[in-house]
Amino acid sequence: MTPLVSLILKDIAVEMRRRESVISMMMFGLLVTVIFNFAFEPSGAERDLLAPGILWVALTFAGVIGLNRSLAIDLDNDCLQGLLLAPVSRGSLYVGKVVSNFLFMIIAELVIVPLFIIFNDLRLGSELIWLILVVVLGTLGFAAVGTILSAISANTRMREVMLPVLQIPLTIPMIIAAVAATGLLLSEDSAGFGAWVNLIIGFDMIFLIVSYLVFEYVVEE
Amino acid sequence: MTNKMVGVASLMGMVTALWAVFVYAPNEATMGVVQRIFYFHVSAGMMGYFAFFVVFVSGIAFLVNRDLKWDRVARCSAEIGVLFVTVNIAMGILWAKPIWGIWWTWDARLTLQLLLWILFISYLMLGAYIADPLKRASLQAVFGILAFIDVPINYMAIRWWRTQHPSPVIAGGTDSGLDPDMYIAFMITLAAFMLLYAYLLGHRLAVERTREDVEYFEQLVHSQ
Repeated sequence: MTPLVSLILKDIAVEMRRRESVISMMMFGLLVTVIFNFAFEPSGAERDLLAPGILWVALTFAGVIGLNRSLAIDLDNDCLQGLLLAPVSRGSLYVGKVVSNFLFMIIAELVIVPLFIIFNDLRLGSELIWLILVVVLGTLGFAAVGTILSAISANTRMREVMLPVLQIPLTIPMIIAAVAATGLLLSEDSAGFGAWVNLIIGFDMIFLIVSYLVFEYVVEE
Repeated sequence: MTNKMVGVASLMGMVTALWAVFVYAPNEATMGVVQRIFYFHVSAGMMGYFAFFVVFVSGIAFLVNRDLKWDRVARCSAEIGVLFVTVNIAMGILWAKPIWGIWWTWDARLTLQLLLWILFISYLMLGAYIADPLKRASLQAVFGILAFIDVPINYMAIRWWRTQHPSPVIAGGTDSGLDPDMYIAFMITLAAFMLLYAYLLGHRLAVERTREDVEYFEQLVHSQ
């Protein structure tokens, strides 16, 4: 078993026992969907216009909730010190965390997105595959940025407040692209979809690489 | 050259800039006298970008050299950058009302500028919530780098989205360009803003050094 795999399995084992982040993400994402329904009362054609925005607001806020505890858990019980002493590179620690955060977010989204489609009566045919692609790529970018930022915010006095303050402005280009791509899928004309997906891929790549390089400065003692 | 001299030079520069903007530069053909806000609006915006670039470079320098001097430069420059971008946005709002008829629009350049402003306020907030100076310096440096990298990606995303703000008149496309007299007035204003940035940074660094000294002596007294 490579160190990377054991790091991911460790996070999964912790999550299986606590069941904190996945459940809270699901609930929160669902609640945002419900609140927006009362706030806008979308019907018919409006629904297709509002749906992409509502979906990504729900996923963004749910993601922030889940990421909040991601590194704080390791910091509180001194697990991080053990991890730093282990013979793994700092970069692997980062990649391991990204994979497990990505996994937890995807599990939560497996509940949020279908319910969202049902509640909003979205008619999706073959577009569903493309919607899944956008959600997966968007979630990856969110996890890439969120993992390093949750490591940063875990060191501050106001953890739970600090993460959204750092995370949301930094992920805005990804959110814009994801909302635009989702909107194109729900409209008749899907020209320009590829360009937005490329932007999300670019965002994912850049932040994965840069965060991988600077992660050691965040976790060092 | 002491910082006081830079301060005097920047004051003289500002007075010259006021003269150049309000007396020397000609009236713009369609917008009239309102256009004169352009000189300060653009200069403040440019210096804001420069200040954040300094944050980015000093952040890297700190992570490489582990010298707290770089961290001090980064933090002080970020504060001044936020100040300049605030001036830039405030003047933009004042200019937009008579010309576009609205205070604000979610156009590409405006959105980008607002996000830049928010990102670096987040940067300053982050610094305020970490107690240990070395830890704070590393974490802020990392966030400063991430925030600066975010700017060009933001620019792409938002530009595809929509644009209302006029394209750059300086070093822009083929039919861009300024009247030569306007260009001179702009250059004078920009130079004055550069001096102002240098003065503010020098002054802010001196204040920060004093604060650190006071903190050091306080700890010394308390430990006895």
